[in-house]
Amino acid sequence: MIVDWISGAFLALGAFLSIIGGIGLHRMPDFYCRLHAVGVTDTLCSFLILCGLSFQAGLSLVSAKLFFIFLFLFFTSPTSSFSLGHNAWKWGLNPKGVKEHAPTVKIKVTE
Amino acid sequence: MMHYFSLASLLMILWLLLSGHYNPLMIGFGVVSVLITLLLSHRMRVIDEESHPVHLTGDLFKYWAVLVYKIFQANIDVVLRIIGVRPIEPQLIRIPFPQQDDLSKVIYANSITLTPGSASIEIYPDSVLVHTISKEGAQALIEGELADIFPIQQDEHNGKQS
Repeated sequence: MIVDWISGAFLALGAFLSIIGGIGLHRMPDFYCRLHAVGVTDTLCSFLILCGLSFQAGLSLVSAKLFFIFLFLFFTSPTSSFSLGHNAWKWGLNPKGVKEHAPTVKIKVTE
Repeated sequence: MMHYFSLASLLMILWLLLSGHYNPLMIGFGVVSVLITLLLSHRMRVIDEESHPVHLTGDLFKYWAVLVYKIFQANIDVVLRIIGVRPIEPQLIRIPFPQQDDLSKVIYANSITLTPGSASIEIYPDSVLVHTISKEGAQALIEGELADIFPIQQDEHNGKQS
């Protein structure tokens, strides 16, 4: 009974974050900022939903498989984000708030 | 040898968890599959400390635990910026890598991308170009938010790869 409530709370929070991520996708000013909004759905939202689902499954093989999904997401989602951002940068998409064109932009180098 | 053992045990655990049948026949199939996979990986020469960083397993798990906490914090920050409580101020900064070998670079750039609010968009030989959503996030990264907790590699591995 109490486990149902805990898993329900996790699932509801995850669904809420997913909606927030969708709103952010529309509200953000440019491509790179939208990447950050998607980051919310990629990380905490999916973690919470998987956590809620594994509470439903209990200690079983299903939980182990959910954990594998978590691991795959943990390693693949930054790769896809990097691929998107890197290609946009390579093809000269200028981030808002930075004056010059992307590949020749003067950037602050921290030593 | 250590790497072969690590790969074999990982594959066997994976087989046992995914199959769910524990009779001798199925486990025998598992052992055969693991041996074939080991043979193929050996012939492809993909088993080394880069694909199986056994020397930093403990440190890596500690690092991931801290990283999950950082991801949690960053998520709250980005959610607040999405719904308009905090302002959106995109920044572009360049951060040096804490360590110079390929594995550390991958882990570092991936961690930056995994944290919402900052994404690595270009890799240079000695540094990474990062797009952050806020001034505070950029400042925290410059001051070494992730670099401070980064697992330190042993000298022998640094020397071998650089």
